[in-house]
Amino acid sequence: MKIIPFFICLLVTVSLVIALNRQWGSIPPIGKFVSPQHGFWQNADAYDKDYSADLKFPGIIDSATVFIDERLVPHIFAVNERDAYFIQGYLHAKFRLWQMEFEVYAAAGRISELIGDKALNFDREKRRLGMVYAAENSLREMEADPVTKNECDAYTEGVNTYIDHLKESELPVEYKLLNYQPEHWNNLKSALFLKYMSLDLAGHENDFEYTNAKNYFGIGDFEKMYPYLQDSLDPIIPKGTTYPAPGVMVKPPSSADSQYFSKSDPADIVENKPNRDNGSNNWAVSGKKTKSGRPILCNDPHLGLNLPSLWFEMQIHTPQFNAYGASFPSAPGIIIGFNDSCAFGFTNAERDVRDYYEMQFKDETMNEYWFEGKWKQATFRFDTIKIKGKPDFIDTVAFTVFGPVMYDKKFTGGRTSGKKYYAVRWKAHDASNDLKTFNRLNHAKNYEDYYNAIKNLHTPGQNCIFACKNGDIAIWDQGEFPAKWKRQGDFIMPGTDSSYAWQGTIPQEENPHMVNPQRGFVSSANQFPADPAVYPYYLGGYYPMYRGLTINRRLSKMNDITTDSMELLQTNNYNSFASMAVPLLLKNISRDSLDNNEKDYYDTLRKWNYNNDVNESGATVFILTWSNFEDIVWHDEFSKCRQPTTLPESESLLESVLKDSAYKFLDDVNTPQKETLRGDILAAFRKTTLTLKNLEVARKLSWEIYKDTRINHLAKLAPFSRLHLNIGGGSNCINAANADHGPSWRMIVELTDTTNAYGIYPGGQSGNPGSRFYDNFVDDWANGKYFKLWVMNKNDINDFRVKYKMAFRK
Amino acid sequence: MRLKFTIAILLTALLCFVGGLWFPWWEIAVASFIVSMIIPQQRWDSFLSGSLGVFFLWGILSWWIDFKNNSILSQKIAQVLPLGGSPYLLILVTAFIGGIVGGFAALTASYIRKT
Repeated sequence: MKIIPFFICLLVTVSLVIALNRQWGSIPPIGKFVSPQHGFWQNADAYDKDYSADLKFPGIIDSATVFIDERLVPHIFAVNERDAYFIQGYLHAKFRLWQMEFEVYAAAGRISELIGDKALNFDREKRRLGMVYAAENSLREMEADPVTKNECDAYTEGVNTYIDHLKESELPVEYKLLNYQPEHWNNLKSALFLKYMSLDLAGHENDFEYTNAKNYFGIGDFEKMYPYLQDSLDPIIPKGTTYPAPGVMVKPPSSADSQYFSKSDPADIVENKPNRDNGSNNWAVSGKKTKSGRPILCNDPHLGLNLPSLWFEMQIHTPQFNAYGASFPSAPGIIIGFNDSCAFGFTNAERDVRDYYEMQFKDETMNEYWFEGKWKQATFRFDTIKIKGKPDFIDTVAFTVFGPVMYDKKFTGGRTSGKKYYAVRWKAHDASNDLKTFNRLNHAKNYEDYYNAIKNLHTPGQNCIFACKNGDIAIWDQGEFPAKWKRQGDFIMPGTDSSYAWQGTIPQEENPHMVNPQRGFVSSANQFPADPAVYPYYLGGYYPMYRGLTINRRLSKMNDITTDSMELLQTNNYNSFASMAVPLLLKNISRDSLDNNEKDYYDTLRKWNYNNDVNESGATVFILTWSNFEDIVWHDEFSKCRQPTTLPESESLLESVLKDSAYKFLDDVNTPQKETLRGDILAAFRKTTLTLKNLEVARKLSWEIYKDTRINHLAKLAPFSRLHLNIGGGSNCINAANADHGPSWRMIVELTDTTNAYGIYPGGQSGNPGSRFYDNFVDDWANGKYFKLWVMNKNDINDFRVKYKMAFRK
Repeated sequence: MRLKFTIAILLTALLCFVGGLWFPWWEIAVASFIVSMIIPQQRWDSFLSGSLGVFFLWGILSWWIDFKNNSILSQKIAQVLPLGGSPYLLILVTAFIGGIVGGFAALTASYIRKT
């Protein structure tokens, strides 16, 4: 034996193995990763992979069968609900485990565990907003309800059963790339996921930006720039509806004029915000407007577009209910869908339920704060944030009567220096069992069942739409909404006493609603739920109004409606905002004053039919011209304001200049002469033509190329994303397909005796990038196609659509 | 001599494959080591047979998986890694990494004998 060369070679071999078995920066353990029997190759599912299986688990009470169809949609047939939710958890984990965990990590502020300290500010923000605190509060309420507890327990057990039987080679490829292992699931994680949705849908506010704008411009100009009312509004409950006197009377504190509406100190906070386009369309038409004589319900929630998709399609059949639709991997039940009696859907209520209070602490220890004339003890929550490759970070968060102190001297989101203390009061902190809404809706047989179901939905507030086979249609703007005085919470409020606290909750029955209206349809598209000039409570929030205008205008005119005509409406690209803005632009540009190049674009704009269609360049010319116009109008005012602000809404500017061509802010305050509407528009158009020329040369003038819709992988891995989709639409269109945001589940349900339903989402049933089912719906979705949703019957087991069968036994 | 070499390659591949059913990926080092011990060869031949055994096993396995998968995943991973999106390059890299480990393990074992 040659000792020296032996040990040298041994050392080389062992070093090689160790080097290939560990992570180097963002490079995964490469030996483990490429091993065909262990690594990513095991995630490359065979094209003809068989999903059939015979499974025995002690968690199953009775036997149950899952039939999986050609689109990989599972149809669960269980004889009791517990087994049904166990299997739903198992299937969600089987197809979407990585996504479920990742979203919950994001909700709980745990991303640093995966990617290191670059996510620390993100994580601290989640913890300081009280995401975990909110989920814990809700979980107590959920687990106090035996139905919800059983449902969640069964679901959790199903997820964990899958995890416990998972071989290393079967780990989703993202775990292999990022080199970590899944944890066990628990009910808190389902609650955290629901808070993740609450943050997305009920976490938007502009309190810091509005406070700064109010301080800089004064409340008078602020009201001109950020008006509460909208002239062209067609609210969810039509104008002309009267409301009884409010059951809860609220009034501003006597100090409001001096302390709240007057100028105050700047607020140096720049927040991360949920996407402001989070919204949706839904409508239901009654049988008198349809060809079949039966109601049709439609819904398309507009959310961030990701792969794996937020949604997972499935059918759950038990003796008690038979529901089909889109489910959330991470939560039990069907969220948007239908059963044998009725259909249900949601759009976001957009209400501002997140407010800030400026607190006065005695000193930097934050032990005591001034409240109601004396020093009050704060409580503390110690958050340990694990960081990959670094020691843990411990964040101390003080809690006040209002809620957690989100921003203080130790944390401002990492963007500015903290001088003050801001506590956040967020409706999502309050305990509620929102999940029960979906459980009851899955079981609902009629309007009463629906009404009793949605009463459980507190946050995020939603416009809950309903249609039933007995002919009923209804909509409720549902949520537990604070009753506020006008402008309450739009600015940072003083937190030294309770006079600025929310004074009450809008009584349930006073939430705007409409049942079987004369006009034959109910609809919502995130606009104001009621006429804000008449509704007895303040409706602070951001309410886009143009999609609602298009929908209501079209639905009023439509008769003999079929699912086909609903598909066309749901994928309609008409831009009502442009239809009002373009004539204003054209009217104020004299074609003769333009050079030939500018004339070309002017003609493009003039000939445009206001449809944000594929191959249309008019939409691009409009968007860019409008955006330059806004810039010219606002730049001079805002460039001198040192604190973070947000520009007034586009609709506010449009309505202001339509009303008043001498709108105060058209003038450039930096020049001696007085700028006019005509001048501003012409300048904007001239500025735009330079950009347009460059786009045209680069062949990027066409709307879908300019807009460039994509579906990003959740961890932003480009090769796992779908880029450059051929789809029109966008903001203010019913087909709200923006760059990375849009209709995340299009559904149309005709409530005929045998339900006639269609649907599609931009993704695929499998969360595995190595599966042909990963993104197989994407192109059809972009092209506006739908799949027939097949509600399987017990005696359909030999149907050609059944491709695989999973048997679950105890 | 050539027969012995061929048998060593085949045996390495076989033992690596069977080991892979139960043990972590680095079983390829152990398997190549064992085969090199029981089939004495010249050092260079030991290295080469250990290396080629794993190279062929990993190459053929990944090629077959890729074929059955229509290269859906390999095209994506070959961008993550970054190999220009080429499935064949990815298969080659896979086989090469396995081959290096197998070769050095086999070479190590060859020093145990007194030749």
